[in-house]
Amino acid sequence: MSRFKVAVHIVPRRGILDPQGKAVADALHTLGFKAVEDVHVGRHIVVEVSARDASAAEKDARAMCERLLANPVTEDFEIAAVSAS
Amino acid sequence: MKFGIVTFPGSNCDYDTYHAVVDVLGEDAGYLWHKDHDLAGSDVVILPGGFSYGDYLRPGAIARFSPIMNEVVAHAKRGGPVLCICNGFQIACEAGLLPGVLLRNDSLRFVSEPVQLRVENADTLFTNRYEIGQLLTMPVAHGDGRYTADRETLDRLEGEGQVIFRYVHSPGDADEYWSPNGSMRAIAGILSPAGNVMGLMPHPERAMDTLLGSSDGVGVFESMLARVAA
Repeated sequence: MSRFKVAVHIVPRRGILDPQGKAVADALHTLGFKAVEDVHVGRHIVVEVSARDASAAEKDARAMCERLLANPVTEDFEIAAVSAS
Repeated sequence: MKFGIVTFPGSNCDYDTYHAVVDVLGEDAGYLWHKDHDLAGSDVVILPGGFSYGDYLRPGAIARFSPIMNEVVAHAKRGGPVLCICNGFQIACEAGLLPGVLLRNDSLRFVSEPVQLRVENADTLFTNRYEIGQLLTMPVAHGDGRYTADRETLDRLEGEGQVIFRYVHSPGDADEYWSPNGSMRAIAGILSPAGNVMGLMPHPERAMDTLLGSSDGVGVFESMLARVAA
């Protein structure tokens, strides 16, 4: 077993009102970043896990997202990176 | 009748709820610690308001895996009544006892104020002491109360009479929906398909005495007393 760091991105599902994203987009516009089209605010979670290999670590992280880390009703997740730790 | 009030780390309305049941209604109540494995003979379970587990991750997301929740879900599956207030509503949604989810208020601000509700279904375990269309005043106090679900779920809730309370403007225009948090279709409270689990963001347990602003919440508790055979 080796130790891996799995980074997970969780973002509000498209189409669901994201007031935080909207507030940040408005602030960016105010600062002059006129090209900003849209902003989504989510969570970045790093899980350190021991697993047989990287793909097993990713599979574990996926199961964690489905059960706890993301809410399947309103959030999407992606495994952003898996690295040996 | 015995009420079991669940205390999670971070619950803060458990004492108010106890006061409502014991001092106002004169019924029996006990606290259930989140690590308990039985409901101590409770006929009705209440998931109270607060900030269980500091609202870490998402409100209710961690509390739903507390040991006591296995018993609460089993109780609900047997048809036992569960009243889920504020953070309790969030926990119930995370646990799958109720559909949908409560997201951050659209204003991004914590709202703490009395609001006006309209009773949308008065033929339930929790609302039979009210009349349909009756306007009630109860306080809300939450940062994450924006009820959200997909269109299919919302249509089903409405079609099956599971929308129990809606936020409304003022007595003069009851039809004008309004919401302190951006809830879809101004939904403030919903019922499970089987009718034995209700979740609502407003606090009936803080509306038990006119001296403190409103006694409109008493009906929720009296409704349960009227229907539940202890």
